[in-house]
Amino acid sequence: MKSLMIDKTEQMIYLDNSATTQVYPEAAKVAIDVMREMYGNPSSLHGVGIQAEKILTVARQQVAALVGCKREEIFFTGCGTESNNWALKGIADAYGVRGKHMITTAIEHPSILETMKYLQQKGWEVDFIAPDEQGIVSAEAVIEKVRQDTVLVSMMFVNNETGAIQPIEAVGKGVKAKNPQTFFHVDGVQAVGKLPIQVNRLPIDLLSGSGHKIHGPKGVGFLYVAKGVRLIPLLAGGGQEQGWRSGTENVPGIAAMGIAAEKTCKALKEKQEQMAAVRHGFIAALQEKIPDCRINSPQEKKGAWHIVNASFPGVPSEVLLHYLEDAGIYISAGSACSARKKQHSHVMRAQGLTEEALASAVRFSFSFDTTAEELTYTAEQVAEVVREVRSFR
Amino acid sequence: MYKLLMVKYGELGLKGKNKSLFINKLVKNIQRSLADLPERQVTSTWGRILIPVYGEGDMADTLERVKRVFGIYSISPALEVEKDMEAIGAGAVQVLKDALPQGGSFKIETRRSDKTFPLTSPEISQQVAAFVFRNVGEEYVAQMQNPDKIIQVEVRNEGAYIYGENIPGAKGMPVGCGGKAVVMLSGGIDSPVAGWMAMKRGVTVEGVHFHSYPFTSERAKEKVIDLCKEWSKWSGNKIILHVVYFTNIQKAIRANCPEEYGITIMRRMMFRLAERIAHQRGALAIYTGESVGQVASQTLESMYTINNVTNMPVLRPLVGMDKEEIMEIARKIDTYDISIRPYEDCCTIFLPPHPKIRPRLEAAKEMEAKLDIEGLIDEALEKTEILYLQQED
Repeated sequence: MKSLMIDKTEQMIYLDNSATTQVYPEAAKVAIDVMREMYGNPSSLHGVGIQAEKILTVARQQVAALVGCKREEIFFTGCGTESNNWALKGIADAYGVRGKHMITTAIEHPSILETMKYLQQKGWEVDFIAPDEQGIVSAEAVIEKVRQDTVLVSMMFVNNETGAIQPIEAVGKGVKAKNPQTFFHVDGVQAVGKLPIQVNRLPIDLLSGSGHKIHGPKGVGFLYVAKGVRLIPLLAGGGQEQGWRSGTENVPGIAAMGIAAEKTCKALKEKQEQMAAVRHGFIAALQEKIPDCRINSPQEKKGAWHIVNASFPGVPSEVLLHYLEDAGIYISAGSACSARKKQHSHVMRAQGLTEEALASAVRFSFSFDTTAEELTYTAEQVAEVVREVRSFR
Repeated sequence: MYKLLMVKYGELGLKGKNKSLFINKLVKNIQRSLADLPERQVTSTWGRILIPVYGEGDMADTLERVKRVFGIYSISPALEVEKDMEAIGAGAVQVLKDALPQGGSFKIETRRSDKTFPLTSPEISQQVAAFVFRNVGEEYVAQMQNPDKIIQVEVRNEGAYIYGENIPGAKGMPVGCGGKAVVMLSGGIDSPVAGWMAMKRGVTVEGVHFHSYPFTSERAKEKVIDLCKEWSKWSGNKIILHVVYFTNIQKAIRANCPEEYGITIMRRMMFRLAERIAHQRGALAIYTGESVGQVASQTLESMYTINNVTNMPVLRPLVGMDKEEIMEIARKIDTYDISIRPYEDCCTIFLPPHPKIRPRLEAAKEMEAKLDIEGLIDEALEKTEILYLQQED
């Protein structure tokens, strides 16, 4: 293990929180405690098993509090991808008799897009709605496509590459008004814990979330399923999670996600305003230092506080990434530095970015612990790299 | 049932001292390729090498390794029996039943190198065939022309051997009896094949890779490391890889030389570095994966201009091959899937849109004049990382 450790921890500025987050120490501790001390199987009838079951109940409540629903409406899964797969395939299997039409957007996560393609092969008709140049999908465009046989609309809350907040409430209301039988699934992986969500007050039937995006561990996620909505399980077996998701529960992971949800809930209330200002300051610094940079994320309230996507023409994204890595700053690239293959982001391509902008797109993503000072330093470093790399052109 | 592998080698054209050198090397390479398997003594006797095996699992493992040792013509799982006609006959029955479980036509062929054995080769074949015929069912028939299986009997000083299978070996010459060379290893499809072909002719190879971090990713380097590990399965030994620090050379060329000659001058620098490393390491040639006409740097004009920086033999084993032929070998030697990973060793920044297809030597020399060639090369070598690589499993 030792050789895999990065020895830059001290001055490390981690700006890849949309990829994954650092686990809260309290969450990690709970996971260890559960693994060592409360390791029972929740299905066992003895006391150790019951103890494990209680842990699940507490975690379920903590997650429910974060998204604003009832405890019984939270089902634990193995990851956000599973939640998304389950929502789509589960609805398709349960309600396929009503029709064979779904609607989604062109900027979804691959776990939605690939599942939709799978359903297309199974005879479903799927509409993919493109975003505007800010990366936001118009509610009207989605609602317009709703038909009598539309079984499901699936839309992400916050885009993982640009942070663009989608008009979830308007879409949900419009869809339900046009066809009350159509279900509305929201991929909330990048929104849960970043935006205040009261899912019970929104016209949402299903909401996906992931543990490791909110400082919980990897390998655990959840799906909110509104009371009255029926899903066919992806996994058949021992009947865990009320028979909806078989497989022995990942009790340590779930317990840790519960703690992470609770802490995130608190941080969100206290820090959301402040983080929006931090983000704004970073964008302003980039624009000031590199006047021809292109901010690919929507400004102000249309963009989530934790993501800034920007292009620096003439600087391949991976080159900037590695330069910053050398300075102890960790970000994410929109595309690989490849001469032959163009593997640019489908999200920003849908937004209509030029090839140049696509090839130089990078994502900075923050946590509640990201500071204005770190971002000032980052903006300076970016400007320096851009200057140096452009001098080779 | 088989207790040993009998190895035949291609000794064509080998005489006197060369022959014993060849055989000793081959035995040593076989021994080394089996180093992590249960211990055993590999022995060579007139014209054959014998490898003991312990059971079926060990047979498969051993065969897998031995198939990759260069210098071997064919490999046969063999029975060793007493030099007694009864025993030989019984052994032949066993081998026949194993080779043709459903029955079929067979023929016995004998070689007798033990001249004290009372029967001649044709006599042995006849008697063994007669014995077999008496001891198998009628689903087996003896047939001189095109039999399904030829059962071979060898009566040697140390014992009698019977086998029915000739598994093709890797051919070529044992690695280590052909001197040492460096191979310029980019990570693409061609250069690993070129190195493999060098090893096939008995050459010990060391890889030279040019690394331009942060303009190329660590993954491009990892790719080359993995390729060397594949090579090590063929060399039976650790592969030495020189990862040359190339970043400042790239920058200097970019800053000082006309864009269209960028690649020509870059390649000239690479050959200078490869030559220096070859001298340090006692290598006598530089191998490359070049083939005429593939890309701008591989026209004859380019090769002439680039090759001019060194007097060392530059060997291009792929020069007459088409891409498909090269890919076929790459697949066979398990380097293809590594080579097609999308990480490249040269960043788009340094790839001019219109490289010179017919660079002139005088022009290249003139354009290089601005570079501190010696200084850059010394720095690059000083920062070169040397890795010793071997397959872990």
